Amino acid sequence: MSRIDRREFLKRGGALLAASSLPLSLVDVAFGKTSEQNFTFAYISDSHLTHLKGREFVRNWDRGLIRAIAEANLMDPRPDFIFYGGDIAQLGKPEEIDHGLELLGALRGDVHYVMGEHDYYLDLGEHWRKRLGPDHYSFDHKGVHFVVLNSIKTFNDWTHNRWPSGAERMHQMARLDNPQGSPFMVGEQQRAWLKDDLDKISKDTPLVVMSHSPLQKIYKGWNFWTEDAEQVQALLKPFKKVNVLYGHVHQIQTNQIGNISFNAAMATAWPWPYPATYKQQASYLPKLTVNMNRADPFFERDATGWQFINLHTGRVDVNYLLPGNQNRVVAWDDRAGHPADTQFQDTANRIPPQTHY
Amino acid sequence: MITRCRKRAVAGAILITAGVAGMSPAQADNFTREDLDRWQQEYEAVVSKGEQLFHGGLGNENTVSCDQCHPNAANTHAETYPKFQQQLGKVAVLGEMINWCIRNPLESKPLALDDPDMIALQAYILQERRGVALAPGKH
Repeated sequence: MSRIDRREFLKRGGALLAASSLPLSLVDVAFGKTSEQNFTFAYISDSHLTHLKGREFVRNWDRGLIRAIAEANLMDPRPDFIFYGGDIAQLGKPEEIDHGLELLGALRGDVHYVMGEHDYYLDLGEHWRKRLGPDHYSFDHKGVHFVVLNSIKTFNDWTHNRWPSGAERMHQMARLDNPQGSPFMVGEQQRAWLKDDLDKISKDTPLVVMSHSPLQKIYKGWNFWTEDAEQVQALLKPFKKVNVLYGHVHQIQTNQIGNISFNAAMATAWPWPYPATYKQQASYLPKLTVNMNRADPFFERDATGWQFINLHTGRVDVNYLLPGNQNRVVAWDDRAGHPADTQFQDTANRIPPQTHY
Repeated sequence: MITRCRKRAVAGAILITAGVAGMSPAQADNFTREDLDRWQQEYEAVVSKGEQLFHGGLGNENTVSCDQCHPNAANTHAETYPKFQQQLGKVAVLGEMINWCIRNPLESKPLALDDPDMIALQAYILQERRGVALAPGKH
């Protein structure tokens, strides 16, 4: 799709949106049969399903995931596949992972999974891997190379020598603002695997890298952070078109570092504040980010959602589907050379609910 | 009026008696560095209690905790209260918003506004928000 076509599409998409509450009509407009290389996939993340007892789970978090699944199932034409971005569980319990996979089983289409820290730190991912397979892998789809990393590991000493039990370790990592926490990392072993994996790929091949934590450094205090981000970025640098998609942060984030575009996923469970709203510490939110809308915290699904990705000419456009709030599109801007919010990137166009303080 | 005068007279008599007997403090400005330290410790103990309640210490059955949405009490905007809360249809104080969270995401019973737990939660929230200018009414 050319840039002009794309702009026209966005205009028409906007008009359709205004006319209908069904955001999925966007897909019909976006994906004609103009190119075999254009495709879409759905991206759901961060459900944090919380087991109470027996078959009881926290209702609110269940509802978020159920809603995203129902909406994704309405997409027409169908997405090529679905990504789940990590943190199915809250405390890594087999009951939580099994419950999540039972709900996600209703999705129409193949699902690829990313490991989140809430899936990992109880049993170091044993149950997750038993159900879902390896936590890092790659595959090719319509000329695009997809890489999935487990980016939520940390120092061996913290993982193996610090806590009396897996449950205590999980509780510690589950607390976002924990002063006893430890930074996420991909680790040497996976970086070696990634290097081998990418060595086999032509540098013209568009890459999509899926991780749970941002493969960039934003705020260490809440682990909006990957300790070896620079080393991972160095492995991605030789490629012309690189897209990193990550969960964990429960908010819209947008960045461009050299050849690498970064986009974050909304959570289906709850939103997180932007790090700059914590006044006692400095943080580094990418300037390209246009904050998500916080319209009505009394609305249970406020500032939550899911997204579908339009992959065209090797670039990612993220369509954020946001219950009760207007949907947002952060699309590759070819002229600017970075992703941009199609409506709100210009500061003059922003609206009061995007101001966080 | 007569009653009030009598009370004052009695209080005055007690103060004079205490001063004569050498009991302290005879004067309001007699507090010391030790007093300041003790008051600070009392405050910090309540902040610490608040931090614990905020991070899963409220004992609500559904186990959801304040910090799940508000790490470091961010996005609580303590400095903007009281303010008009359109969902409540009135000007509300921070404690009423805390109770909204306790009732809804935490699915539990609200606290009295002078409950020691409510005071501790507010102490922790405001401690994390220290240094931010007061902005009552701000959205």
